[in-house]
Amino acid sequence: MTSIQFLKPDPSILARRDDIVSSLRSVLPDEAVVSDPVQLRAFETDGFTAYRRLPLAVVLPSSTEEVAAVMEALARKKVPVVPRGAGTSLCGGAIPQEDAVIVSLTRMSRILEVDYPNRLARVEAGVTNLSISEAVSADGFFYAPDPSSQLACTIGGNIAMNSGGAHCLKYGVTTNNLLGVTMVLYDGTVIRLGEGELDPAGLDLLGLVCGSEGQLGLVTEAIVRLIAKPAGAQPVLFGFASSEKAGDCVADIIAAGIIPVAIEFMDKEAIAICEAFAKAGYPLDAEALLIVEVEGSDKEMADQLGRIVEIARRHDVQTIKESQSATEAALIWKGRKSAFGATGRVADYICMDGTVPLSQLAYVLKETGEIVKRYGLRAANVFHAGDGNMHPLILYDVNDPVKRQKAEDAGNDILRLCVDAGGCLTGEHGVGIEKRDLMTHQYNDTDLDQMKAVRAAFDPEWIFNPSKVFPLEGRGETDGGKASADPDTRPSPMEAAE
Amino acid sequence: MIPSDKADRRIEPADETELADAVREAAEEGTPLEIEGGGTRTFGRPVDALATLSTARLSGIVAYSPNEMVATVKAGTPLTELQAALDEANQRFVFEPIDHHTLLGTEGKPTVGGMVAVNASGPRRFVAGACRDSLLGVRFVNGRGEIVKNGGRVMKNVTGLDLVKPMAGSFGTLGVLTEVTLKVQPKPETEATLAVRGLLEADAVTVLAHAMATSTDVTGAAHLPELTAGKVLDGALGSEPATLMRLEGFESSVHERAEKLKAMFGRLGEIETLDAERSQRLWSDIRDVKPFADQRQRPVWRLSMKPSDAHEAVMALRMEAGASAFYDWQGGLAWVRMEGGNTLSGLVRKTVAAHGGGHAMLIRATPSERRFAVPFQPQAKPLVTLEKRIRDAFDPKGILNPGKMVA
Repeated sequence: MTSIQFLKPDPSILARRDDIVSSLRSVLPDEAVVSDPVQLRAFETDGFTAYRRLPLAVVLPSSTEEVAAVMEALARKKVPVVPRGAGTSLCGGAIPQEDAVIVSLTRMSRILEVDYPNRLARVEAGVTNLSISEAVSADGFFYAPDPSSQLACTIGGNIAMNSGGAHCLKYGVTTNNLLGVTMVLYDGTVIRLGEGELDPAGLDLLGLVCGSEGQLGLVTEAIVRLIAKPAGAQPVLFGFASSEKAGDCVADIIAAGIIPVAIEFMDKEAIAICEAFAKAGYPLDAEALLIVEVEGSDKEMADQLGRIVEIARRHDVQTIKESQSATEAALIWKGRKSAFGATGRVADYICMDGTVPLSQLAYVLKETGEIVKRYGLRAANVFHAGDGNMHPLILYDVNDPVKRQKAEDAGNDILRLCVDAGGCLTGEHGVGIEKRDLMTHQYNDTDLDQMKAVRAAFDPEWIFNPSKVFPLEGRGETDGGKASADPDTRPSPMEAAE
Repeated sequence: MIPSDKADRRIEPADETELADAVREAAEEGTPLEIEGGGTRTFGRPVDALATLSTARLSGIVAYSPNEMVATVKAGTPLTELQAALDEANQRFVFEPIDHHTLLGTEGKPTVGGMVAVNASGPRRFVAGACRDSLLGVRFVNGRGEIVKNGGRVMKNVTGLDLVKPMAGSFGTLGVLTEVTLKVQPKPETEATLAVRGLLEADAVTVLAHAMATSTDVTGAAHLPELTAGKVLDGALGSEPATLMRLEGFESSVHERAEKLKAMFGRLGEIETLDAERSQRLWSDIRDVKPFADQRQRPVWRLSMKPSDAHEAVMALRMEAGASAFYDWQGGLAWVRMEGGNTLSGLVRKTVAAHGGGHAMLIRATPSERRFAVPFQPQAKPLVTLEKRIRDAFDPKGILNPGKMVA
């Protein structure tokens, strides 16, 4: 029933499986090479669980040198490689294919150096996002990008997807907080981009690598920026009678010269779901809810919140909840932070990630409602209003193949809507396989060809993550003629089991 | 080909389509082009071009909505025109682009495209990002004469490869920018700058690092050693070394944070406070490298290093040659003037490499020095190969600003 195609596995690679595995064992310790089908199961999908494929093998290197040795061995045999961190990708960025070797970076999870005078940390790519902040927290620092999966997701994965989070309105996304990477190219060459200085010596290759979804090389180490923690942070919650009023309030806060660290939006459906789960005291009669967070000393926060509340009043705010204590603040955030989990309790869902210009928020929300209604589905909207990054959760039943197809179709319609409204397909999750075939809606052939030419400059044989990002059709000769989609739409092993 | 500083043919396309046609024609003929915006940022290697391609007629603000904090502008738009529109809406570029007039003695009007092409940034860069961090989308014509777009008008976007970042700072060698979309920001209510006086460079860098480890949100962190201090604010600061910390925001908040920093550093002597008007002039002087605006025959280098390393490299350099310097970005950006008049690029690069790495770029020098002294930092060998392949992916015939970044 699934509609997304993978590249057709190369039979000559499948036939050489034993040879490939033994060449991996010749450059890695035995326990760092996984080839047993039962153990491979753990790697067959990621956070985009509707699709799965068993990889040819998985390697778990412990150093940049080992990664380089693996790539040298695989490049000679022209075997596709799928880089993998924690496997939390929501767009299938880490889903393997049958003729590919997964290079998992999870064993490379050391923090190599913390340098406070220069406000940077040098880490291995498999370190989790949150553990960086935890390591420097006692000394008053943090690493800013905070995707919802930060407990599990790795910095290597964050670099691949240019991850954001709730606080990027003030602190930016991964690319704005990255000072350097060590990267292994397709043939095993190791390059270093950036040594801790702020700008590149030549072309901005670091900017190119960030957000490239594991298509240009394997990032094994990173240098990230550390920032001094703010004196304090405090949220306020507003309930409005319409999303238009909430949207206007956001625009006026920004126009007043206030840049809060976060402005989160929830619609009525999301409010109901989260309140039922978190009992956070959210106003059930509101059509739209905003959580606005400010930072600073007590006096600064009181001053900013005073201005923000006054602006909200001008837009007929119905409910105002100011947090008087850390417990109340945590409660306000609890509802928002549990949104995905709470939604998962009431239904299966797919989460879209389109971003739209701020002026289009109200329109896109309304149209999103119309689209899901047309498919006979429901959606809950939770998103980062300050940067226009929408996250409609389309609710469906995973065991109902018809509904599942409808949910996918509705999701695609919503993403086309985001692009048509002047936005883009994905703000922080990445294209992966999920949105690959929609790329032609945002970019024309020339735009895509330019990207593909740059991709080929790094990886001429299209060894890295070849099923992702670029539509299989229209690849022409750019990927070495590999792009014959698997015409066989047979169910993957997991689907067959269902 | 005989090197010449000015090509004899000049092409001024009226719009993007004409520009694409011109580049396609040049590609077919193999005619190297020098890409020109306002002509104010004359650094990098001189280009051996047979024609100059100007973006001057691609001018005008396409869309600017202050509520969205985003502006889309044609590349040839004079920066002053966009600045005026931003001022009217009480907004600004957060990356504080340097104006190179002062340092280089150039004339002409800087363009938005030129600003992006050199990734022009200023003092706030070390906390708020460079021009590339505010750049959301681009349209450009590649070396095949094709019109390409990448990125968009939204602040979060990971749709396909990010070609926006490498377009910034590629000096017109990957493509001719035709339209750019930039993030802007509301201006703060006020600002103030604290000046600690009389510190040696090493101590100054330590003070700035301590300030950055607090929650005071310092948005400018510079150190002007003796002599350079006297060259800003028309001399009003005096020549005593000045370690400078800028605070921006609401009046009460700036005041509160200033008091906190004064309490921290009070033991170092009396701390002067510069009010908003003087603070603004001070940081625009630092941004535009005012201390080295005179003695224009002397070369100026720009060292980009880790904050704790740059002053040590400068110290080492001074043991070997006459050099003046001052520091921005918490010490990580060192502007260095070679007082002997020679560029001494071998010495400069060796010294940077020996002190933790980073890179040195020759910003001010005569055209012949810029031709032979290699203005951009030479790269490690695997990077040279990779960069070459990337350049070929944009400009296979090598007709766009050939030799500007790499000989």
